[in-house]
Amino acid sequence: MAEFRMPSLGADMEAGTLVEWLVKPGDLVKRGDIVAVVETQKGAIEIETFQAGRVEKILVALNTEVPVGTPLAEIRGDGEPAVVVPPAAPVPLAAPPLPPQAPSAPIRVPASGARILASPAARRLSEQSSIDLSTVKGSGPAGAIIYADVAQAGAAAPPAEKRKAQWLDLGAMRTAIAAAMTRSKREIPHYYLQDQVDVTGCEQWLTEKNAALAPDSRLLMGALAIKAVALAARRFPLFNGFYLDNRFSPSQAIHVGVAIAIRGGGLAAPALHDTDRCSLDDLMSHMRDLVQRTRAGRIRGSEISDPTITVSSLGERGVEALFGIIYPPQVAIVGIGKVVTRPWVIDGAIGPRSVVTITLSADHRVSDGHAGALFLAEIGKLLQEPDKL
Amino acid sequence: MSDIDIRKIVQEELNNIAPEVDMATVDPAADLREAIDIDSMDFLNFVTALHHRLGINIPELDYPKLITMDGATQYLQSHLKPAKG
Repeated sequence: MAEFRMPSLGADMEAGTLVEWLVKPGDLVKRGDIVAVVETQKGAIEIETFQAGRVEKILVALNTEVPVGTPLAEIRGDGEPAVVVPPAAPVPLAAPPLPPQAPSAPIRVPASGARILASPAARRLSEQSSIDLSTVKGSGPAGAIIYADVAQAGAAAPPAEKRKAQWLDLGAMRTAIAAAMTRSKREIPHYYLQDQVDVTGCEQWLTEKNAALAPDSRLLMGALAIKAVALAARRFPLFNGFYLDNRFSPSQAIHVGVAIAIRGGGLAAPALHDTDRCSLDDLMSHMRDLVQRTRAGRIRGSEISDPTITVSSLGERGVEALFGIIYPPQVAIVGIGKVVTRPWVIDGAIGPRSVVTITLSADHRVSDGHAGALFLAEIGKLLQEPDKL
Repeated sequence: MSDIDIRKIVQEELNNIAPEVDMATVDPAADLREAIDIDSMDFLNFVTALHHRLGINIPELDYPKLITMDGATQYLQSHLKPAKG
């Protein structure tokens, strides 16, 4: 029997509040299924299970705050024997009859008579915006109501109430950022490097590729930079992993955390899983999805806890160079500045080129500037051949 | 489709990206990147939404023409009308 526990979603998290169960005893779950929603300083996080099997027992009631590591539910693995059930009370195959209801308190059911299928994000939004889910038409799998449906219903509802992007508690998020960054500056001896990279080839390649594509499938420079960092991390494992209990453990998997600015002042850096193994197209669509979900306050637990290295990019309106602060227990953060046109010497002649400044902040307990310089150079080299990314 | 309808669509899609902004208060000639703080990902989402809604596939080369609300409205209007003579 495996216990599904309150996960640690970052070094600074001590406890979380269970706000929604998406499973009930008897449900089958598979690895990666979202089973619960937990409220943390980072907002409401959807928590996945890493254990496949049948939900045996729910151990923690809704709206209970429990410390990290507390068992929340029991999940019986596929191969495990069933819990011994007294023969007198066999597990019913059909759904148990509903308990009799007092006629004075009828439960309102939707027309179909079934439980309303809706994603947790849709439920949250409906609560926050007081939209009755039974009035919303679902466009998700099996007609389930998804976030966009509720958002649309909210937008259409007269009078047009001004919507605010406040699914996230930005005050709590600031506290979490402060705690993590203070710890980083206290514990991690950072060193900083910077290098300039000619990305004219990347720009030309992107222009040509995107010209033939609908907006849905277009790529951004950011995706190229993130992929290059992931591939470089494969060759330089000292920048990819975790520093815990006075030692560094490199990570086999490369999950690049992408720093995402939240409107109104907030920041999160959730993971793009297996960044090095994604094609650029997949990477771009994952990134669009991740940015959208993060800004809507719908990050998954594994995305919070899994990043093995972070990339921060301030985009086209940013500055030329940024030096990031490492997010513990990671050991490196790569900063991507904005692309600028600069006079550049190629083959002895000066010409205008698109140049970007790439920086590395890394942990001196794990690596030195020499290795850092090679790592940065590798990123620059990979960006010279965008078609191979 | 009238200019007013198109402007309404532009405002709605920008509001999906920047829900806290009252689009009525934004200068229609202002650079949207500055005026409502949108980045390249936001702009791509804006262009994608317009493509889905109006069926106009806006090439990257034309992005600068849509960087103000006035510009976007004019651009979409001229691409919705069937070409004449």
